[in-house]
Amino acid sequence: MQADWIWGLGGGLLIGLGGAVYLLGNGRIMGASGILGGLLDGSGRNTAAERIAFIAGVIGMPLLIALLTGGTPDTHVTSNAAVLVLAGLLVGIGTRVANGCTSGHGVCGISRLSLRGIAATAVFMLAGVLTLAVLRQMLGVI
Amino acid sequence: MLRIILALLAGSLFGAGLMLSGMTDTAKVQGFLDIFGHWDPTLAFVMGGALLPMALAWRLTAGRKPAAGGSFPSPPSAELDRRLVLGSVLFGIGWGLVGLCPGPAMASLSYNSWQGALFLAAMACGMIAAPAVSRHLDRGAANA
Repeated sequence: MQADWIWGLGGGLLIGLGGAVYLLGNGRIMGASGILGGLLDGSGRNTAAERIAFIAGVIGMPLLIALLTGGTPDTHVTSNAAVLVLAGLLVGIGTRVANGCTSGHGVCGISRLSLRGIAATAVFMLAGVLTLAVLRQMLGVI
Repeated sequence: MLRIILALLAGSLFGAGLMLSGMTDTAKVQGFLDIFGHWDPTLAFVMGGALLPMALAWRLTAGRKPAAGGSFPSPPSAELDRRLVLGSVLFGIGWGLVGLCPGPAMASLSYNSWQGALFLAAMACGMIAAPAVSRHLDRGAANA
């Protein structure tokens, strides 16, 4: 547990490196919701191949690491199906309506001091904090 | 072809980073948002670590072209519209409820059980429905 922040920092550097490769190589902002959402709603039809390649890396590399290290980390994800469906819908609609998520608005937006990126990150973090404060600390339901 | 290889490389780095940083663990993400509980600061280190190479990359775009052709994104808009705010509110609530955002939802696909698949399926449905929601918000703005 003591080394969590080191893994966080190291993993964060890899995430930023991925964003740097995508920007300097392909000239695109590395936003997970935009890359996946553009495939699903058809708006990214012209760049479908590189979107699929990116997603293959996102899914494939953790699988490869898990196979090599012989263990998969615990995700501690809830088994409440109704909560999973509701949260999934909110994340899917919200990130596409706001045109970005933690990677696009957060990592890529804040690093170029984008007002929209900074504002979006502040709003979704505050909404997340309030969700935990009310549903976990006050009501104890999640 | 170069675009596809670079996209695969970027996705692999992103996926590895999400896994190794602990961001596919919903307990760590919810722990960061749960500031009135047993607060877990890991996400702040992940964000800090990711901002460093990314800020450098933005500096390197000046006066250059992307390696695989095309052009860099135009400078960011400073307009804060209702889509940005309302969308981020919805996203933040969903993120807090389960502790998954789009990147980790994909990255944990390989080792999640049915829970991750169900979340991802619902998220995909939400993404398909989103353009209609955006149009509805725009109509509301025009009438206001």
